[in-house]
Amino acid sequence: MHLAEGILSGPILLGGAVLAVAGTAIGLKKIDQERIMTTALLGAAFFVASLVHVPVGPGSAHLLLNGLMALILGWGCFPAILVALVLQALFFQFGGFTVLGVNVVVIAGSGLLGSFFFRQWLASPAKRALAGFLAGFLSVACAALCMALILVSTDQHFLATAKVVFGAHLPVMVVEGLITMFVVQFLARVQPEILNIAPDGKGRGEKNGF
Amino acid sequence: MNLECFSAGSSPLHRADVRLKMIGAFLLSVTVALCYSLSAPLLALGVALLLLGSARLPLVKVGRRLLVVNLFTLLFWLTLPFTVPGRTVMEAGPLVVSGAGINLAALITVKTNAIVLIFMALVATSGVTAIGHGLAGLKVPPRFCMLLLFTYRYIFVLQQEYQRLRRAALLRGFRPATTMHTYRTYGNLLGMTLVKSWQRGRRVQQAMELRGFQGRFYVLEGRPLAAADWGLLALLFGAALGVACMELLGAPGGWS
Repeated sequence: MHLAEGILSGPILLGGAVLAVAGTAIGLKKIDQERIMTTALLGAAFFVASLVHVPVGPGSAHLLLNGLMALILGWGCFPAILVALVLQALFFQFGGFTVLGVNVVVIAGSGLLGSFFFRQWLASPAKRALAGFLAGFLSVACAALCMALILVSTDQHFLATAKVVFGAHLPVMVVEGLITMFVVQFLARVQPEILNIAPDGKGRGEKNGF
Repeated sequence: MNLECFSAGSSPLHRADVRLKMIGAFLLSVTVALCYSLSAPLLALGVALLLLGSARLPLVKVGRRLLVVNLFTLLFWLTLPFTVPGRTVMEAGPLVVSGAGINLAALITVKTNAIVLIFMALVATSGVTAIGHGLAGLKVPPRFCMLLLFTYRYIFVLQQEYQRLRRAALLRGFRPATTMHTYRTYGNLLGMTLVKSWQRGRRVQQAMELRGFQGRFYVLEGRPLAAADWGLLALLFGAALGVACMELLGAPGGWS
């Protein structure tokens, strides 16, 4: 899910760049020294996950997982997503420099917005599945909506295109919600520290070692 | 998985300094992105093709990449000619094709391709390692450069981890389809990849701290800038200026 180069107007590109720099600065400040490596590694895992094709009806979709990333990394998802997009630009040339900021804001910002209210729910086993689904669903919905709004505010003639973009993402939202839900449930069982929650029940939760 | 297929080569653009290449590419692509007339981006597309020629990139691969990029522009070709009001060029039943719509779609296509080609010829001709070091040289926060370099370093490790899990699932008869079972399986595979990455990150962190890591990553200065590097930057700057002049002095503005 990317906006391509050469479409958006100057003010929107500039606004995106400014917001992306601000978000990344906050994110870099929030990653303390102890978590820089896990952030890099999780970023790499998300890059790999974004290459996975998941079947949706007759076709298939790429995963975005911005909701999951925001659930795990918080503001740290801004620098992690910026890094992932830079690497994607270098490897696949989906885009270049100018639209990078807008894409970072659309993906990371929507992830934060979509999962903001559900981070606390992760701690309670009863609400966890719903939190995962809603975070995944709303993050993609929010990103698709942002993309559509940005297209329309650049030029109102893009309205039809924007509708196609949003409509095409509807099935992806459901799939992202389901996958985020299953990943969250898996992490809560196997390594709850990733989600910053205590292990369920008494458990033999080893705190620091492997 | 060879992802950096454009970074190997010995052309002048491969050898030029990565910092100045990035600055030049940035100036040129921002200029193109701000254009509203068709002629200026066409000039930039010409410049981009010249750059592509001097970078001597494998043309088949470049073509394949451009094909993917143009899937998004195709979306505009399928909608804009019918929705933008303007002088009617063609009528086919209920569909009315407007000249303004075609102009707009063409403008987007030229701009998109010009910017992507500039990026390919100037930035993708350097490896990620060189770019990470170059960004540090351009005073980007060291923590960000470190994040970039380490993410890059572990992508290939984690890709293999994921493939191993996936292969194991396929061997056990997993058939992806649009079912809840499929999504649960993918969730578990991805969850396991995340767990492995997190644990590896902890181990790497501890190993680095044992060796005195204090949150700083030292980057050696590259070779000093040569006259050829500055020459390239001057050329790119000139090209950006040319595109800007053409945009400002040329055809009347506006998309309609």
